Amino acid sequence: MFRYILRRLLQMVLAFFGTTLIVYALMFAGQGDPIQALAGERPVTEAQRAYLTEKYHLDATGVGGFFYRYFDYVKSLLQGDLGQSLTGRQIGDILQAAWPVTVKLALIALAVAIIFGVTAGVVAGIRRASIFDNSTLVLTLLVLGIPTIVLAPLAQYFLGVKWQLFPPTAGSEPTFYALLLPGIVLGSLSLATALRLTRTSVAENLRADYVRTARSKGLVKRRIVTVHVLRNSLIPVVTFLGVELGNLMSGAIITEGVFNIPGVGFNLFRGIRTEDGPLVVGIVSVLVVVYLVSNLVVDVLYAVLDPRIRYE
Amino acid sequence: MRVRRLAAWTALPLAVTLGLAACGSGGDGGSGGSDSSAVSIQIAEPQHLVPTNTTETSGSQVLAGLFSPLVDYDAQNKPYEVAAESVTSSDNKVWTIKLKDGYTFHNGEKVTAEDYVNAWNYGAYAPNGQGGSYFFEKIAGYQDLQGDKPKAKEMSGLKKVDDLTFQVTLSAPYIDFKTMLGYNAFYPLPDAAFSAPGVLKNSYEQAPIGQGPFKMKGAWQHDSKIDVERYDAYPGEKPKVKDVEFRVYQQLSAAYADVLGDNLDVLPTIPTESLSNAPTDLGDRYQTSPMSSFQFLAFPTFDKNFSNPDVRKAISMAIDRDEITKSVFKGSQDPARSFVSPVLPGYRENTAGAAGEFNPTEAKKLYQAAGGPSKIVISYNGDGGHKDWVDATANQLKANLGVDVVGSAEPKFADLLTKVEKKQPVGMFRLGWVMDYPSMEDYLGPLYSTNGSSNYYGYSNPEFDKLVKEGSAAATQDEAIKKYQQAEDILAKDMPVIPLRFGENVFGHSSKVKNVEMDLFQRVNLVKIEAAS
Repeated sequence: MFRYILRRLLQMVLAFFGTTLIVYALMFAGQGDPIQALAGERPVTEAQRAYLTEKYHLDATGVGGFFYRYFDYVKSLLQGDLGQSLTGRQIGDILQAAWPVTVKLALIALAVAIIFGVTAGVVAGIRRASIFDNSTLVLTLLVLGIPTIVLAPLAQYFLGVKWQLFPPTAGSEPTFYALLLPGIVLGSLSLATALRLTRTSVAENLRADYVRTARSKGLVKRRIVTVHVLRNSLIPVVTFLGVELGNLMSGAIITEGVFNIPGVGFNLFRGIRTEDGPLVVGIVSVLVVVYLVSNLVVDVLYAVLDPRIRYE
Repeated sequence: MRVRRLAAWTALPLAVTLGLAACGSGGDGGSGGSDSSAVSIQIAEPQHLVPTNTTETSGSQVLAGLFSPLVDYDAQNKPYEVAAESVTSSDNKVWTIKLKDGYTFHNGEKVTAEDYVNAWNYGAYAPNGQGGSYFFEKIAGYQDLQGDKPKAKEMSGLKKVDDLTFQVTLSAPYIDFKTMLGYNAFYPLPDAAFSAPGVLKNSYEQAPIGQGPFKMKGAWQHDSKIDVERYDAYPGEKPKVKDVEFRVYQQLSAAYADVLGDNLDVLPTIPTESLSNAPTDLGDRYQTSPMSSFQFLAFPTFDKNFSNPDVRKAISMAIDRDEITKSVFKGSQDPARSFVSPVLPGYRENTAGAAGEFNPTEAKKLYQAAGGPSKIVISYNGDGGHKDWVDATANQLKANLGVDVVGSAEPKFADLLTKVEKKQPVGMFRLGWVMDYPSMEDYLGPLYSTNGSSNYYGYSNPEFDKLVKEGSAAATQDEAIKKYQQAEDILAKDMPVIPLRFGENVFGHSSKVKNVEMDLFQRVNLVKIEAAS
């Protein structure tokens, strides 16, 4: 087990540098004129152009320039320095400010997905073709069919502005209550998927041989469902939720925008919009780590759920 | 079983670290205070809060609270003294600026002439890379501070006379110098801002110390908010509210929802998508006021398709400006038929003359006689919400001139500029302008002069350049305006650009505030605003 985790950690180092190289190359290739992008529609003065060009080595172009800038970046990264954004802020500081609120939001969304999605999925799986099953099918289809870009403003308008049940926006240091509405909106998509997955999986497992065996040996139904069926049904759900955790942590650009939550997604979006190469690469580097770790967690959890899976 | 236990113990801490690693901070938030004299104002995250490096509206709005300008503008948009006692010159070349006594910085330092001289030298020194450095280029000795290794660190044209007086020598007479001084690049910096002469402390920007009606309350909370409170030792007009929170929003639509829910007090710009609902949503809390923005279509005058002024005039006559401002902009912008903004002293209506009037039959006749191109492209940046009006304009031109017209979007404004600068065929393209200070010269110079900083379309008319130069060197404002107006008449003949629209501040506020006023620079007047009782 330890050897397995160690091997995975070593692989992560390779994967990390591989992905940062690719992201850096993409950002480098797609860069137009970041200085003008920063200034918006104003003319840029010679002095400022020269200053920024020198500070960020923007004059290093071509393949040679790319590797020069990439190794420069990696060198400071290894010293724990994520560099400065084009507006002169430390990217480490930006992330430090953005991360807590995104993590809170992600955890709320994930909790919503697990509590409502998995529970409702189990119930729907046990009572197949019941009214409950059919109505959740319709509801989840509806939620899956509405993109967040529609769902979020609608929820904000009706629940926040019109009926004033929730604050319309959350801000940077929100209370748990203020984050609830964006959390539910964000979680609703994962909720729907988790529900469908659990339902199918439970329904399938209920027909499995071991359930028949358990039943014939006289186990009560509740024990069959909670202990035997649930554990075996959770494997696909855990895979999904693990990947979803990575997704949620990488920030929700739309939800964070609508509810004015200055988290990771917003900063990433701003970085892309203003062609702020250092900022985008810095955020993505950290996101890569998040994904790698959450994948590892999922793989390790498999072993917990299914004793047949062993890692050596 | 063994393995599973072990795995559980490994997975759990991993999951916890992952999930909670960054959860630590936070918690202390929420201002909590129910002081009724606090207001909140929407801004975007400012890029910088150093006066000489601040060129966008959000930063400028915050600085307007922290600093007091040398001059401000009256109802006719003529400058009057605020922090200055007097700004005088006998020849418009050597200016003497006397400061009012009694101004102090928020850290208690007395404001002296030196604070201005130091700040301006810092702003002009090229290696500091300040975005507003071009404001100082009219001062003698500015050139010595440019380049990679400047010859000097101080402009020769700035001279301290005594504690409250300093002298500014320009490289050439400039009538509007006093008007210029209202811009935020001309604010002073305290000694506490510098770690060594000419070196700004890194920390200064996080909590700028000014001499204005408000002082910082804590530091700049990036992406979140900037809190300021009333500075009681401020000698000028006292603000009516005690605290102002500049709250950072990423999207205007989120701020709009907050204004509707009384969760935010002032939204300086109503988002375009809400323009049609806003008057009913907000009632009399929906307001408009003049501002200086000017939207136009530019011609690449070096392109032979558009080199004939008659072609340009014909295209202008084929556009129904009234229709577009009404249907696309819901009256939030006004049709433009002149080359400078109506907020300026010296503005005249309809200087474009017949070319500004919508006249499809004449337009078609003129267009055919002048041999205009059979296909026109209108380029615009796709990230600025321009598609609707560009398409509407293209349709009008198509119908009225009988030629093929298409709108073509570039991803970003920078991409559009790059193409224009490389003289790639982009057809006509959209541009906009917002003034830095209320003078006709601030439009005529940068936009239409041969060497103008925003003259991307290669327009050049020596006669025009000469008149603008004569205007800025004139002895009196009246003379200057006369020259500027003559210059504008040349534009009407040459039609290098098609004026389309003048902007307005379209803003809204919550039911918790009153007396919300906005200035020409899209800034809320922080001294006038009051809490509604």
